[in-house]
Amino acid sequence: MVKRRPDVWQILSLVILAAFCLFLLWPLLCLFLSGFQGEEGQWTLENFVKFFSKRYYYQALWNSLSVAVCVTALTLLIGIPLAYCTTFFRVRGRGVLDLLIIIAMMSPPFIGAYSWILLCGRSGWVTTFFAEHLGIDIPTVYGFRGIVLVLTLKLYPFIYIYVSGALKRMDPSLMEAAESLGIHGIRKITSNVLPLIAPTALSAALLVFMNALADFGTPQLIGEGYVTMPTLIYTEFVNEMGGNASFAAALAALMVAITAVLFLLQKFYVDRRGYNMNSMRAPAAQPVAGWRGSVLHILLYGVVLFSLIPQVTVIYTSFLNANRMVFLKGYSLNSYVLAFQTLGGAIWNTVRMGSAAIFIIVILGVAIAYLSVRRRNIITGIIDTASMFPYIIPGSVLGITLLLTFNKRPWLWGGTAIIMVLSLVIRRLPYTLRSSSAILHQIPASLEEASVSLGVSPLKSFFRITTVLMLPGVFSGAILSWVTVINELSSSVILYSTKTRTLSVAVYSEVVRGSYGTAAALSTILTVLTLVSLLIAFRVSGNDELHL
Amino acid sequence: MSVSITMNNLVKRYGGQTVIPGLSLTIRNEEFFTLLGPSGCGKTTLLRMIAGFNGVDGGELYFDERPMMNIPAHRRNIGMVFQNYAIFPNMSVRKNVEYGFRARKVSKEEVRRRVDEILDVVRIREYQDRMPAQLSGGQLQRVALARAIVIHPSVLLMDEPLSNLDAKLRLDLRGAIRDVQKQVGITTCYVTHDQEEALAISDRIAVMNQGVIQQVGTPMEIYARPANGFVATFIGRSGLFRATAREDCLEFADGSRIPRPVGAAVAPGQQVALSIRPEELSPAASGLRAVVRSRTFLGKSLNYVLEFADGVALPGYPPIEYAQDFTGSCRMYEPGEVLFLQPDLGRVNVFTEDLSRSLMEGGGSHG
Repeated sequence: MVKRRPDVWQILSLVILAAFCLFLLWPLLCLFLSGFQGEEGQWTLENFVKFFSKRYYYQALWNSLSVAVCVTALTLLIGIPLAYCTTFFRVRGRGVLDLLIIIAMMSPPFIGAYSWILLCGRSGWVTTFFAEHLGIDIPTVYGFRGIVLVLTLKLYPFIYIYVSGALKRMDPSLMEAAESLGIHGIRKITSNVLPLIAPTALSAALLVFMNALADFGTPQLIGEGYVTMPTLIYTEFVNEMGGNASFAAALAALMVAITAVLFLLQKFYVDRRGYNMNSMRAPAAQPVAGWRGSVLHILLYGVVLFSLIPQVTVIYTSFLNANRMVFLKGYSLNSYVLAFQTLGGAIWNTVRMGSAAIFIIVILGVAIAYLSVRRRNIITGIIDTASMFPYIIPGSVLGITLLLTFNKRPWLWGGTAIIMVLSLVIRRLPYTLRSSSAILHQIPASLEEASVSLGVSPLKSFFRITTVLMLPGVFSGAILSWVTVINELSSSVILYSTKTRTLSVAVYSEVVRGSYGTAAALSTILTVLTLVSLLIAFRVSGNDELHL
Repeated sequence: MSVSITMNNLVKRYGGQTVIPGLSLTIRNEEFFTLLGPSGCGKTTLLRMIAGFNGVDGGELYFDERPMMNIPAHRRNIGMVFQNYAIFPNMSVRKNVEYGFRARKVSKEEVRRRVDEILDVVRIREYQDRMPAQLSGGQLQRVALARAIVIHPSVLLMDEPLSNLDAKLRLDLRGAIRDVQKQVGITTCYVTHDQEEALAISDRIAVMNQGVIQQVGTPMEIYARPANGFVATFIGRSGLFRATAREDCLEFADGSRIPRPVGAAVAPGQQVALSIRPEELSPAASGLRAVVRSRTFLGKSLNYVLEFADGVALPGYPPIEYAQDFTGSCRMYEPGEVLFLQPDLGRVNVFTEDLSRSLMEGGGSHG
């Protein structure tokens, strides 16, 4: 018989499995278990009984679900027609339009919440304008309305990007076939186009739903008493720090259970109904002339520019003189000066911890992609599945989970950069991992074997051939990971300390403190950082599409 | 330099399934050897065992006298050509060909000289600075061949290198591979499912089925004296008849008889299978009685599908055919017409009734 030496990949897969168990699976298990424990550590269901018996608590779940359902429906209504129009009709400035949509998606939703308060809040500019000059009291933007508005404008780009990707891969001959059978106009769309993009739209809708359900910053800032699950978890957890956090844990477990069920349902549907569309020929965009063309452009640009109002507002106000919550006459850089003086560390922290996180994410993403595509076995299968978990774990839940596990001996990581980076890696690894495995599926295994056959060792072949060819896919995933890393709030807000405060946490706490000037300045810096990252990414990758 | 390859009782298992149950074979030094068989017969698995990409689950593998079982692929000094070319898409043609020298200590001038030389041999020098995306399939496979042999490997392994190419290109490149192999003089193991390609290109062929070698021999031996019914029907076409051996003849179910084929070692009364290729039949005044079912014109010949009386043909096999040379003045037969056919007794083959073994003297050499 022939002896087989354990190779690097087997060792690596065991190391990664151990890391996943230690940093993700074990903490989650602890969280679930502590949800079933009482004050003295006895096993009990009292946390769940408490949740479902008090209206204040179960109302939060109902609120979260209503927000998520409304936002998902609205984003589908905006995103699908938008994608259809830009794919099948010739639109001027298509590249700019796409870039604007991506910017709308990439900026953190709590910035949206904060600028809508500036505009349409109780003493917002629009509100006061209507009240003083026209004598009309327009409804304010707080509560359910505001949350839905902000999240819809932030999340419709997901639908747009996914669906236009699917439409582009759709073979035009399918539509020609429909037309040859005498089906055209709106019936062509409903009977032919919509069913084909349904699986993709559903995946995107799930992403939107999860994001809306898990978002913490928006309801916290604009909700004004409209309690959702993430804000409830946060409040309960912060209130109970030092005491017993098991009620917050029970809430978190409940949320993960809901998202997990949704995720599995979606996967079940897509696995059964997913079509493998891969068209060589992209659908031709038809020119639209005359008044129809004008209307089309006004609508498209109207929607996109409307969703960018928060960014514009924030950037504008960052150059105003400000005194706490009041913006004064005249322009200056005072807010920036103040921001740098008091919170300059936050910028450095964002870059520092973001870079550390993205470095680990890229290495792990490439390694796990390779293991799960090229070295399929039970261990790599478990790793592959576990790496999908972050999709269904809301940020605040992950924050609590990590803090509960790693803020006691022998770890004592609470408030350190380690725990911040850890949560960023766990939360944003999936983007890089998915796009790395997607590109690896397109690289024939024989390329690596060819290199080995020419005398280059397997490990060197992996670095010289496979990783080099994987770069474009890794890069497009990493850029998405990076942008979401620097904008991360919901887990960071639970894990940060004064030493590890990031830009987004600083914006959040400045808004809460009522320092609108510095908040605007910091938001602008964050937006610029995001924008510069995206522009570099587009320049390097040579195209302006993000592959999700 | 070039080596011989010896396999002793090689075993390969996937999960609980044994793909190769114990295979022994010797490939001689500088020989062009082909593993031929239907898809899934284990030929690629065996090639990848020789290459070192598939582990060996039992038995022994030697390059000359050197045991190879524990040598990893990159230390075996092999050259390999893949079905999908496996040309590195991020490197120019020249960089692809030079790639193997990264793992070898060869001076720069020597690398340049050898790469230039091989680019000429496979006739791709004018494309040396192109990127792979700009080349056709045939050109890519020439690059792959150059890349594999420029490093002077001990053996050249080729896994269906022509099957992604169109018919015309396949013929061109087939000749090129054969010429280059003879020019360089390197032991070559070539995998294909295309029997015509195997016959044209090989010094010797091993016909494989279900992980077992059916016959090893030169192309002519394998075609003329197949070792069993599988080889007879897989290589070329063969019509199979059921017959009973008599004193000097073979008797068929309809009572018709033909003289005993030359070299058939059969005992009177023995049930046998008779294998006749379409071109080994010719019309005569008497012989096997057949009805023409259909006629196909193939250019240099006319092909007739025949029907015989019940029990004459071996059941469960494709219908028996007769190929008539097309001379322009030949007498053509129409569907429904009856004709009598005499086999060429010096060329037909006789097998045991279950087709497992040839009954021809000196026929059916095993590995």
